[in-house]
Amino acid sequence: MTTASIPLPRPASAIGRVPTWPLPLAVIVFAYAGIPLFASDYLYDAILAPFLALSLAAVGLNILTGYAGQVSLGSAAFMAVGAYAAYNFNLRVEGLPLLASIVFAGLIASAVGVVFGLPSLRLKGFYLAVSTLAAQFFVQWTLTKFSWFSNYNPSGVIDAPALNVFGYVFEGPHGRYLFSLSVVVALTVFAARLVKTQTGRNFIAVRDNETAARISGVPVLHTKLLAFAISSFIIGVAGVLWAFAYLRTVEPHGFNLDRSFQILFIIIIGGLATIRGAFFGAALIVVLPLVLSRAGTFLFGSYFDSGVLDMSQRILVGALIIVFLIAEPDGLAALGNRIARRLRLKSPTN
Amino acid sequence: MESFDFPFFIEVLVGGLLSGIMYSLVAIGFVLIYKTSGVLNFAQGALLLFAALTFVSLLERGVPFWITFAVTLAIMAVIGILIERTVLRPLVNKPPITLFVATLGLAYVLEGGAQLLWGTQVHGLDLGIDDVPYVVGGVFISTFDLFAAAVAASIVLLLTIVFRYTRIGLAFRAVADDQFAALAIGLKLPVIWAAVWIAAGFVALVAGLLWGARLGVQFSLSLVVLKALPVLVLGGFDSILGAIVGGLLIGASEKLAEVYLGPFFGGGIESWFAYVFALAILLIRPSGLFGQRLVERT
Repeated sequence: MTTASIPLPRPASAIGRVPTWPLPLAVIVFAYAGIPLFASDYLYDAILAPFLALSLAAVGLNILTGYAGQVSLGSAAFMAVGAYAAYNFNLRVEGLPLLASIVFAGLIASAVGVVFGLPSLRLKGFYLAVSTLAAQFFVQWTLTKFSWFSNYNPSGVIDAPALNVFGYVFEGPHGRYLFSLSVVVALTVFAARLVKTQTGRNFIAVRDNETAARISGVPVLHTKLLAFAISSFIIGVAGVLWAFAYLRTVEPHGFNLDRSFQILFIIIIGGLATIRGAFFGAALIVVLPLVLSRAGTFLFGSYFDSGVLDMSQRILVGALIIVFLIAEPDGLAALGNRIARRLRLKSPTN
Repeated sequence: MESFDFPFFIEVLVGGLLSGIMYSLVAIGFVLIYKTSGVLNFAQGALLLFAALTFVSLLERGVPFWITFAVTLAIMAVIGILIERTVLRPLVNKPPITLFVATLGLAYVLEGGAQLLWGTQVHGLDLGIDDVPYVVGGVFISTFDLFAAAVAASIVLLLTIVFRYTRIGLAFRAVADDQFAALAIGLKLPVIWAAVWIAAGFVALVAGLLWGARLGVQFSLSLVVLKALPVLVLGGFDSILGAIVGGLLIGASEKLAEVYLGPFFGGGIESWFAYVFALAILLIRPSGLFGQRLVERT
């Protein structure tokens, strides 16, 4: 391929170390102050809400898979654990603030993540990936089988509680957006700091060469389990956002295997081991079906029904994955860097 | 508890073993690819769906059985070659996990493509086998299951013969053993990979027909891949024998667990039991029952 002839083909993670805090800050300011100026309810509910929840889940998975190198196919299960735990804390513990139930839900997801992360101490690569499927199926079965989790609701579908934080209720599309945004910003800042600390470097060491990491004194087993714990915490909270702020109902079927794959696809398209990649990838995955639906209806009219849409979306997503793996293995994040570098080279001031 | 119903136990056991063979049949497709190219091919289920859907759709359009079989096989061969050209060749020497995710993408493309091409409705598939239960000593055995087992056995026999006594089989084994050495003595890897993918397509077709006749040809057919994964984990990704024994073990234990343990859990434990069972065994033997004693890194 032509990539071999491009000078300085540096990996995305290395480029990310250039001090870049002003840009994320600008994005955050824009998300709080700029987007509400023009956003419609449709933009909030159909695009931004799932985008924020999936981005956060992808940030969580990226810590485990991108940074610590442990592939997981069970992300949706941890999202489900988070959503159901938050629901039950909120329902069963009188007077517990919403934020506390979300934190506890994250901790529960974290604990479940550690349990299903235990095989990573003996298994690697494919064997581990397949074993994380156990989490996917077991959690889904548990949540559908035992109706205690859904408060004996016959349909298994339950209404999410109001987003009440210290007496202030985040209502309406705009309110829910601000709530999600704040949670996502807080956890993303945490994740972005984390990967720069010794712990983050331990993750990378374990990913790149386990034996070398062990020799240089990285506690490998402890590091792997910590990666599972932190990642599952973030994914669990993402599940809460998905259920409480996006769907506003909690139901186990939304957290199926396809969702797990979707999150994995997001971090691959966005770029492994980058924080912003999770957001790029999620944006693409959320917007793609909407664009496809519009384009399909425009081009083929009524022939382009929801079945055809579903299928062509599947094909497109699958093809995108393959194309990215072949042509841009470091994902949209690396693509963005390259474009930025080109622009800098062209501009006369530099 | 009432007295132990032994004939019933045998019936469950035999039923489990026979459905285990169906799992093995899917798993063998994985093993073929994994042995020769080190790829865990998640798209095997999608291949199976594609093959079965193509077959059934042609059959419904009045094409005779054997011609349909030949045409579908040819289509699967073309798909195999295309996969080798467009997906595997550009990704050569990439880490195994990259290849795995690529096959995940491939699975999406194939599933979407198959259904876009042939529609999403459920097709019935009749292979012309009367499913009259066979009674042996008070135990009912499904004729169809026996037939499926016989087909699976002949496929394994065929593969064993090909692997052991033919030139291309020797080449397969050489590549599986050491890719660089195989290249050094002049074996053409792309040709061999294409051949292996065609073989996997053939296995997918046969498995797809048997599973399709059992479940109806529809999207959920591609989910049998999820039944095959624990079999692979248990048997080792690179052992055909492991796929067989693993399939039998998983099939039998799954059915027995569903019947004898299921009631304590409220039933439906089939969805995860195989995984937990395989994991429990793996914690004791990390390379599976028959896998090479070499644990995959990263």
